[in-house]
Amino acid sequence: MNPPVDNRESRRLRLVVLVKQVPDTANVTGEAMKEDGTINRAALPTVFNPEDLNALEEALKLKDRHGGRVTVITMGPPAAVGVLRESLFRGADEVILLTDKAFAGADTLATSYALAQAVKKAGAFDLVLCGRQAIDGDTAQVGPQTAEKLGVPQITCVSRIDEVVAGDGAVSAAAGGDDTAAGDDVAPRGRVVATRSVEGGFETLESSLPALLTVTSEANDPRPPSVKLAMVYKDIAAEALPGYDDTYLDPEGDEAQVCMLDRGGRPVCRAKVVQWDHAAIDAERDLVGLRGSPTRVKEIESVVLAQSEARMVEATEDGIAELVHELIEEHILG
Amino acid sequence: MADAPGQTTPPAGPITVTDPAAGRVGHGPGAGDVWVFVEQRDGVAAEVSLELLGRARELADRLGVKVGAVVAGAGAPVRALAPALVARGADTVYLADHDDLGQYLALPYTRLVAGLVRRHRPQIVLYGATTTGRDLGPRVASTLRTGLTADCTDLRIGDLEMKGVVTEDLLYQIRPAFGGNIIATIVSPEHVPQMATVREGVMVMPEADEMRTGAVVEVAVSRSDGSAAPVGGSAPAAADTASTGGASTTAVVADGPILLRDADFAVRIVRRAQEEKSVDLKGARIVVSGGVGVGSREGFALVEELARTLGGVVGASRAAVDAGWIDHDHQVGQTGVTVRPKLYIACGISGSVQHRAGMDQSARILAINSDPGAPIFSVAHYGIVGDLHKVIPLLIRAYRKKGTG
Repeated sequence: MNPPVDNRESRRLRLVVLVKQVPDTANVTGEAMKEDGTINRAALPTVFNPEDLNALEEALKLKDRHGGRVTVITMGPPAAVGVLRESLFRGADEVILLTDKAFAGADTLATSYALAQAVKKAGAFDLVLCGRQAIDGDTAQVGPQTAEKLGVPQITCVSRIDEVVAGDGAVSAAAGGDDTAAGDDVAPRGRVVATRSVEGGFETLESSLPALLTVTSEANDPRPPSVKLAMVYKDIAAEALPGYDDTYLDPEGDEAQVCMLDRGGRPVCRAKVVQWDHAAIDAERDLVGLRGSPTRVKEIESVVLAQSEARMVEATEDGIAELVHELIEEHILG
Repeated sequence: MADAPGQTTPPAGPITVTDPAAGRVGHGPGAGDVWVFVEQRDGVAAEVSLELLGRARELADRLGVKVGAVVAGAGAPVRALAPALVARGADTVYLADHDDLGQYLALPYTRLVAGLVRRHRPQIVLYGATTTGRDLGPRVASTLRTGLTADCTDLRIGDLEMKGVVTEDLLYQIRPAFGGNIIATIVSPEHVPQMATVREGVMVMPEADEMRTGAVVEVAVSRSDGSAAPVGGSAPAAADTASTGGASTTAVVADGPILLRDADFAVRIVRRAQEEKSVDLKGARIVVSGGVGVGSREGFALVEELARTLGGVVGASRAAVDAGWIDHDHQVGQTGVTVRPKLYIACGISGSVQHRAGMDQSARILAINSDPGAPIFSVAHYGIVGDLHKVIPLLIRAYRKKGTG
């Protein structure tokens, strides 16, 4: 499945970054607030998931230092092309949009399966990086699950990448599955040393390559979009092709490209967004989207963000003594 | 519930309730047990693991099944844990003692837990929502192709009606999502085991009952390079432990092999260290934070005194850090540390979205602010409107009185 190794690429890092466009849950505006005080999720603006930006930054830093190629993959509706555009502005070399109605309703297992299939399709890699977690679900599950699907080791919650040594270029993604935890390449293999935050301390791990890392906000301050790159890509429309905005496309070709249009309506070849559906990544229909998801949402209850949810305690000696007593009774205070 | 020694692990693949080869798996009475993956270091179990044993006990009693505790490590410290796990509610302790399991690593631990699940078919597996639980749980779920719900704050047993079909006795996995704006109830109706990671501090720690009895199932772990499994010689050691460590474990049963492969050790620990930072906000059970309302560097002495009195750690809002009243290491919020202590006391913090994002998952929040309209009160469980310079001394005095009386 993987393309033949290109020896010219050897010792340059092949980096894949998995990113997600998410509703901005941290900045709930008045418009997103319904009359009953609950959140209208559809009205929330979307943002580049913050820790995915940290992951992209780590990839770009590695590219700056060692040379290499940064491929950014996202799964989502066509509008998610926004985060790919943002990635190009920061220095990504290649961007891939996984979009298909079949992907809708995916839980973390179905999502990681689709992402892993896309990573394999994109070719051999040394490192896959993604944010520790996305701010809409906060599950932190897609990283480790994608690593398992790829059959590569994982280091989660990485706050610092200490060292990356590329192999001789012969490493390739293992076939995945239970018994191929790290592939079985004969050639000298690369390695990554990374530090992760754990309760009450930290640990530094060394893994063979290829591997997957999930990155936390502690790792770096992501660079802003480059003015130079923004100029290079200045003619790229923010939107994808007309007729592409509300529905998922079902491209005829294997690698249907969403050619960005310039303001004159001409396709711009310098920045193309590769678009794949489930067939393009050889994904089994029953393993993606809602069908491929073991979990179901039984019920959702909106938390009413009303004022004075708090039980007010009098600022008196008696009031405070009673509060302290209660907290001790409930073993909140020792 | 322990199987005969040497029983082989079923082939890989998802275990679904409709899988005829799965036998009597599924949900409810007569189906599999309720398991807790117990995190331990140097023979000390993580608190969240013990809390989970308490809830697992309730769930298992409701379902009429047993509680299993899976614990792994190397040597005497982990072996000595078994009686304590029984005392907290386990009926069966699956004990995996092998030199290569001395430190947690994702791949070998996944091999172990997934292998045990395939063999013994629990209907529920719970993990603490710690860095370890959230590293291991997803990898196991992906290996088993089953569901996993992250960071639950409640677990219950209930029915599900979907498309006219009622499934009884499912695990309701309840968690906040969407930045805390919604509470979702997640179920996994067609896959077993139903798995969840659970936040620390939300389940009540069960009392240790030294009179409880349980069995130790000795898991025969070996490595593909031929390193010996400790089962034969070590099983009596577990029995010794049982007889001296609280009399709560009775039987020792040998279990089939779990084979670790060399490929499972593609990751090695270079260094492991306790936090060198002066503050360990993340691990703190009580955080007392100060904001603009504290007013000055000197004002922080009061915040520090309250933290010291309660056995807590000092936190701060970004504004207080930017004002230079306290070091950045203490900052709580989006650009600082995210904390979820048992108790968070916000002193003179108005409660910006960015600050709230770093503390609103705390089990209890007490806000002290002179402005009754401060947004911090919208996430607080208790609010005191008043001058913190008067309120904090009252808190300190009230606590000291309780402490001595």
